[in-house]
Amino acid sequence: MARRAAFVAARPLITPEGVDLRVRLADAGTRASAFLLDVVIISTAAVVITIVALFGLRGLGEHELQPLFIVWIILIFLLRNAYFIAFEAGRRAATPGKLIVGIRVASRSGAGLTIDQVIARNLMREIEIFLPLSILAGRGGAGVADTLTTIFGLVWALLFALFPIFNRDRLRIGDLLAGTWVVEVPKLALVEDLSLRQDPVADGFHFSPAQLDAYGIAELHKLEEVLRRDDYFALRAVAETIGRKIGAAPQAPDSRAFLTAYYGELRAHLERKLLLGNRKADKHAR
Amino acid sequence: MTMQAGTNAVRQSLASFRQEREADWKAFEALLARVEKRAPRALSEEELLSLPLLYRSALSSLSVARATSLDNALVSYLESLCLRGYFYLYGARRGLRQRIADFFLHDWPHAIRDLWRETLVSVGLTAIGAGAGYWLVASDKGWYDAIIAPGLAGGRNPDSSAEMLRSVLYDGASSEFLSSFAAYLFTHNTQVAILAFALGFAFAVPSVLLILMNGCMLGAIFQIYAAKGLGFELGGWLSIHGTTEIFAIALAGAAGIRIGTRIAFPGELPRMAAAAQAGRVAATAMVGVVVMLLFAGLLEGIGRQTITSDGVRYAIGGGMLALWSAYFYLFRLVRHG
Repeated sequence: MARRAAFVAARPLITPEGVDLRVRLADAGTRASAFLLDVVIISTAAVVITIVALFGLRGLGEHELQPLFIVWIILIFLLRNAYFIAFEAGRRAATPGKLIVGIRVASRSGAGLTIDQVIARNLMREIEIFLPLSILAGRGGAGVADTLTTIFGLVWALLFALFPIFNRDRLRIGDLLAGTWVVEVPKLALVEDLSLRQDPVADGFHFSPAQLDAYGIAELHKLEEVLRRDDYFALRAVAETIGRKIGAAPQAPDSRAFLTAYYGELRAHLERKLLLGNRKADKHAR
Repeated sequence: MTMQAGTNAVRQSLASFRQEREADWKAFEALLARVEKRAPRALSEEELLSLPLLYRSALSSLSVARATSLDNALVSYLESLCLRGYFYLYGARRGLRQRIADFFLHDWPHAIRDLWRETLVSVGLTAIGAGAGYWLVASDKGWYDAIIAPGLAGGRNPDSSAEMLRSVLYDGASSEFLSSFAAYLFTHNTQVAILAFALGFAFAVPSVLLILMNGCMLGAIFQIYAAKGLGFELGGWLSIHGTTEIFAIALAGAAGIRIGTRIAFPGELPRMAAAAQAGRVAATAMVGVVVMLLFAGLLEGIGRQTITSDGVRYAIGGGMLALWSAYFYLFRLVRHG
């Protein structure tokens, strides 16, 4: 938990228009799951290609073997080497696995991602993943995988696999050499404005300025999160805590309405302060 | 009571801010979703022109929302929308045909020229390796098995007869697997080249060793042929594809050496920037290496087994070498007069 808190994911990205878009770097877990998804896709494709090739072999007979073999060997080669490059050089700069978890590759400089960057970052995968695997597989297949080789392979693999955890920007070796990083590009939908929510019960609540001064923006955002999640027990616990702090005691079934009303008034109160030049960051701020 | 009125006014104006701009955001989102899926051609001219306008309006909305609104969901939505728009509009996007043309006309020869120093070192290392391999096998036959794995040697060793060695050079045209052999050679050599490149990361040491070893193998096999007076014939057999292949592997090694040395000695740039710069040049060179290996695989898999005249073999090998050198180092002169 402490480590996660230490990792600050936001990085400045100033557009030519002068707005800071604050990109968020993808964390190691997200990237690992994206990579695993890609591995599953690649291996499924490889198995399917091989099965089709084997069936084709039976149907076509011996003399058709050669073209089939060429196609097979080239397709497997492309899957291993071109899969990542082709997808990341595409319009969305993400492999299917990355697309599913909502991340993409971007240039660290903020300029457009170029194809040579994509190639550089993916060729390095060869020593990060495939080399230790093939050493282990080769040794294991030949029955000469001694302890030392296995340990060496594992240490190598771990060294590279864990490399992103040991630097500030979560860079792989390939990212480092290509000048890229992997950022989150969530597709968020525009959701309703909570302060415009019509609730007859909520209209019954009114709060004094002293009650509204109890909290700041950080708490407001937490409250927004709770309201959007709309979990009965969470709402009740939060309503009780707020009620105790500001000296109001809402009935248990009313907690959602109470919080909606408090959220609306608190937000308007803080937004008014904001307009007047006072960004009240949290409850400790004046 | 003035405070209550003021609060309500703020609430009203923020609600109308969102109401007025919402249509633009939605339109931008819909357009983005379309261009991200399909080529920009799918849009009408009018829609295409409206993209940057909608992007700037979304950016300005984001600035306003950050300064005035405390609706976290709204700010996050605008941030993600602007980020998508930014990546789309500022990602320099050229057509595929344009990119391919640029690569062959400019990027590839430029990257190879940029690596000239490393290329010289790499070729030199191959020559040193070859010399060492030749000398070692000449002084003690036992070295041959140590340098070339028995599986690769194909039964050729220092004790083979001259007829046996000769048969390897000129037979094999009957094989049906020529083109699949070519495909296999191509994928195998490419994997080796990528390794030589990627290993450069470890301060170039593994790349140097790999290139030296490659040279050693050349020298060793050359020695056993030269000892039987078949040196000239082996030269033809090797050079038909070897000029392209050995040049390509030397270039891959050069790319690896560039990365390793730039990480070790970044010069005036910060280490990270130097590494990124070297990585990009080297990656471009590597794509070229893959193209060269494709040619080498075709020449080796098909040409070598069907063309058995020494003269023609030397001519093709020399011609390919001249072609590559001219393309990399002289082409620019032709284009710029």
